[in-house]
Amino acid sequence: MTITSTTSTTVALDTVVEAGDGALVTVPSGGRLQIVDLHGNQAVDTLFYDAHDIDNRYSAFDTIREQRAVFLTTGSRLVSTRLDELAVITDDTCGRHDTVGGACSQESNVIRYGEFTRHQHACRQTFLRYGAKAGIGQRQLTHNVNFFMNVPVTSSGGLTFEDGLSAPGKYVEITASRDLFVLISNCPQVNNPCNGWDPTPIQLLGRW
Amino acid sequence: MTLDHTHEVPGGAAWSAPVRAGRTITLTALADGANATMLIIGADRLDRLNIPDTLKSQMSARIKPGMVLMSDRGLALATVTASTLDWHDCLTGALPDQLLLLELTKHGFGEPDLHACINFFSKVSVADDPRASLTYVTDHAHTGDTVTLRADQDLLIFLSTASHALSDGPSASVAVRLETPDHTPDPELREEAIRALRLTRELIA
Ligand SMILES: [Zn+2]
Repeated sequence: MTITSTTSTTVALDTVVEAGDGALVTVPSGGRLQIVDLHGNQAVDTLFYDAHDIDNRYSAFDTIREQRAVFLTTGSRLVSTRLDELAVITDDTCGRHDTVGGACSQESNVIRYGEFTRHQHACRQTFLRYGAKAGIGQRQLTHNVNFFMNVPVTSSGGLTFEDGLSAPGKYVEITASRDLFVLISNCPQVNNPCNGWDPTPIQLLGRW
Repeated sequence: MTLDHTHEVPGGAAWSAPVRAGRTITLTALADGANATMLIIGADRLDRLNIPDTLKSQMSARIKPGMVLMSDRGLALATVTASTLDWHDCLTGALPDQLLLLELTKHGFGEPDLHACINFFSKVSVADDPRASLTYVTDHAHTGDTVTLRADQDLLIFLSTASHALSDGPSASVAVRLETPDHTPDPELREEAIRALRLTRELIA
């Protein structure tokens, strides 16, 4: 099910991230990063930082406002708190992605599902672990993109988590508008349908 | 004895204040189309308002009475105890705001603390179309509209009265009133919100 390069650009990165694991990837300006949902319905929690100034970081709600729409797909510009363009979604075979729902944490799991989830692994544990080597700590964590995740927002102001629209082999491609750190958590959540109740591996394919 | 505090924040300004646990914060729109963008930082000066966690644990895409505003670490920061409006925007952020950034800097914070905000008094409607398209609602808040929060731990609140980023109208003044009631009962809350409040009272409040 892995995808192989079909262009002449060098494949600089080709790796599988296991369910519940993460990655910190440096993508140079102009580089293209594909995230492949190998088995379908797998939420991939992702943060973007200017590699030369991590305070210039992805802003979910500025991105939503600038495009006047909640869901992300091809053409969505991912902007920072300074309104700099960090990256653009340049290909998307899934159709839409969430950036309202944030990342799971041990603490938010307790609130949502109960005390029994206190010590289950969660995305923000992964973010802190992989972000540390880039200087990304608790203060630098912000609200992420959830690739392949389906969080419908309704005209009456409601919000739910639902089964994904994704399927095995669906992918999304991000093209970096400047040198970036891309911090990824392949979500381990088992208490809601965001991973189809069964977290699975993803593939990262970088061309630059 | 704690005195009440009132202040009128003029349009296009920024303001910040500490708010002790148990106090209430009432904002009043002093003109039609007012906007009050708020950031909240918790008692330990690291834990911040987390809009995604607030929304997904209470199945809402807007801020309304009967919601607990939750922190990054799953604690209750404040409870929205009353409002004349049932929709306060929290999906469209705020433009870079030098005055708000200066207020953060006065308290030792800065750009890394520009977490998601609430735009009190503003509404951005969501369409039931494939992208969930957004439209700023021009006739939402009117003079005299209010919202009241109860602080559930010691807070720092940061407020900007710049116009909403999607509004082409003028900015408007907002009145702030801090009071110390003997007791502010919980409004009707979801079980997730009750859990957050209980944990907060057990751990830090
Ligand atoms: Zn997760």
